[in-house]
Amino acid sequence: MTDIILQVQNVSIIYRSPRGDVRATNNVSLTLRKGETIALIGESGSGKTTLSLSFIRMLPNSARVTQGTILYTRDGVTRNVLELSDDEIRRFRWSDCAMVFQGAQNAFNPVLKIRNQFADTAAAHGYRDKAWVKKRTLDLFKLVRLDPQRVFDAYPHELSGGMRQRTLLALGVMLDPQVVILDEPTTALDILTQRAIIDVLKAMQQALHFSIIFISHDLALAAEMADRVATMYAGEIVEEGPVDEMFYRPLHPYTLGLIRSIPKLNHEQDHLVSIPGEPPNLITPPSGCKFHPRCQFATEKCRVDPPTLVEYEPGHLAACWHTDKVIEARPAAVVQG
Amino acid sequence: MEPILQFENVSRSFHKGRTVIPVLQDVNLSVNPLEFLCLVGESGCGKTTSGKILSGLLKPSSGRVLFKGQDVSTLRGDDYRGYRRSLQIIHQDPYASLNPTHTIYNTLSYPLFRHNLVRNRTQARERVAELLTQVDLTPAADIIDKYPHQLSGGQRQRVSIARALTTNPSVLIADEAVSMVDVSIRIGLLHMLMNMRTNLGVTIVFITHDLALAKYFAWDGRIAVMYLGRIVEIGSTPDVIGDPQHPYTRVLLSAIPEADPEKTRSKQHIQLRSEDIPALTDLPPGCAFHPRCPWFVPGLCDVHVPALARVPGAISDADVACIPLTEGVPLALHTP
Ligand SMILES: Nc1ncnc2c1ncn2[C@@H]1O[C@H](COP(=O)(O)OP(=O)(O)OP(=O)(O)O)[C@@H](O)[C@H]1O
Ligand SMILES: Nc1ncnc2c1ncn2[C@@H]1O[C@H](COP(=O)(O)OP(=O)(O)OP(=O)(O)O)[C@@H](O)[C@H]1O
Ligand SMILES: [Mg+2]
Ligand SMILES: [Mg+2]
Repeated sequence: MTDIILQVQNVSIIYRSPRGDVRATNNVSLTLRKGETIALIGESGSGKTTLSLSFIRMLPNSARVTQGTILYTRDGVTRNVLELSDDEIRRFRWSDCAMVFQGAQNAFNPVLKIRNQFADTAAAHGYRDKAWVKKRTLDLFKLVRLDPQRVFDAYPHELSGGMRQRTLLALGVMLDPQVVILDEPTTALDILTQRAIIDVLKAMQQALHFSIIFISHDLALAAEMADRVATMYAGEIVEEGPVDEMFYRPLHPYTLGLIRSIPKLNHEQDHLVSIPGEPPNLITPPSGCKFHPRCQFATEKCRVDPPTLVEYEPGHLAACWHTDKVIEARPAAVVQG
Repeated sequence: MEPILQFENVSRSFHKGRTVIPVLQDVNLSVNPLEFLCLVGESGCGKTTSGKILSGLLKPSSGRVLFKGQDVSTLRGDDYRGYRRSLQIIHQDPYASLNPTHTIYNTLSYPLFRHNLVRNRTQARERVAELLTQVDLTPAADIIDKYPHQLSGGQRQRVSIARALTTNPSVLIADEAVSMVDVSIRIGLLHMLMNMRTNLGVTIVFITHDLALAKYFAWDGRIAVMYLGRIVEIGSTPDVIGDPQHPYTRVLLSAIPEADPEKTRSKQHIQLRSEDIPALTDLPPGCAFHPRCPWFVPGLCDVHVPALARVPGAISDADVACIPLTEGVPLALHTP
């Protein structure tokens, strides 16, 4: 296929820690196409941030990519991100694949005016035409619905959390990347601010046609933003598919469990079921399927044999020995949508 | 039925240098015995401040707080101690609220000894083990001598809940008590809290910014929606969520994404007239929501402060602070 932009193949990542190796990402594969939005969902510590940091080679020194390739395609040329030179990777980070980090709206340089943060980023990548940078900045402010007059000369502390997050989105796309990675972009923002950010993101994507990798533990946000959803559990993608399939016809017990534990805003009483147990320790993860200690369908096979991703429906993959039981257990409301 | 807790015209302000920050204004609220009541609203609207005043940790600047019909500022001696013991608060962050250098036994036995609820170490260990079992931290023997850092976030939050239960309270104020824990364990915690009404006879005031969670928790109770220090709508949960009346409640509910792709994609979002949230130190006159309200009626909303009242002819049982609604002025949506 020609519209594939990012192809992640069998990536494993380990953190060295005093207590032992943390297997934060295990044999993950993922394909991102042009203009597509993929949501990575999963609970805290499941490896969402670690995986996406590897796409732009921003992992901390204690981390090591132990296997896999990350193939990136632009204008018909495909390169392995893991093999780019230091110079190439620096350019890649803004011009090809930009990331808005978790909690970054609080990480602006406090003594630099917003205009200078934009100018510095552009200059660091060889864009020295000041007039061009200023015009681009102001255009992007309009796109993210910021009042250019108010924001351009402001210091970060003069802006609200929502305004800072919008500024970051504008900064992220300044050099016209093909891929934008958003790590929990609306967490800690208020409902109405979050709505404004979601709407701005959609408008930006429509105008600039980039692809999005969207990290969130908020399933509702994934339901609204994503074309495809990948569920991560204990460093692995355990299910991946089109958004409607994932929500209405889940195949993995963990995805099903998440969906059954989310309250809805409809007019009926919810009947929620909690997932028993706690997420595993990634230094000594469970044998076999890592979800088996918490899984209502687990059998001896699950304790011994790690399942791999299998395609059950076109584009809908799951790593589970008992998808038939999950299908039986889908609540009627989930199936109908 | 007499309310167990009541706010009568409660206001609270804080002073920062010369400026006065009015954080709560003229709040009236009653909590009925064994009721589940949710306080919802966006950051800074005064939920935690209300919770602290409800639990006796903070005093109102004006107005009265009544516990079982008695003005709490008049309680003395045993009555006062009994009142303070009857109300307990569970804080948001289980990391910050547990002392990292104390074992779980130390943390939980301290209030037991302080309130003379146990006489010696044997009794204390027994009671602590019982409390841990009540919050499903079993076997208690595995947990009791651990330090907070040896527990997961969910387990720590259960310890905070156990600590709130040490004094056999009749009212629990749960301030974002499950917001910090992961989706997969949140509902387990919530179910445990909900079961305390039947098992331990506690009334729960549940503070959250998550309206879907509030709906689940208080389906047979009530929701109070707050905006900039006032209650703007309060009514039974199915009415507030299913048939919101106040413009702010409608805007909020329309803005929230839902975990149902078709529904959330086709949702109509009501546009605000302005995205700017006024500062508490510079509140607009009249209804504080009027500069953002898409149904704003000039000459009315920007002049008079609305009081809570039923909407004539509405099916919803909610009281709403919106003059056009409660006085039957037809609303017209401003389109930006
Ligand atoms: N620098 C590090 N050193 C050692 N272990 C780490 C480091 N960073 C992350 N980890 C571990 O790697 C695992 C995956 O962490 P990661 O931050 O990728 O998860 P996440 O899914 O993004 O979680 P969250 O939702 O909390 O952001 C966790 O077990 C975490 O404790
Ligand atoms: N001790 C204090 N001194 C000054 N201002 C305060 C104090 N405590 C609270 N405030 C202010 O009062 C307002 C309401 O705070 P409160 O913590 O009650 O809000 P909240 O609804 O609980 O918000 P959140 O959802 O963020 O927890 C905020 O603007 C806050 O900054
Ligand atoms: Mg993360
Ligand atoms: Mg609060």
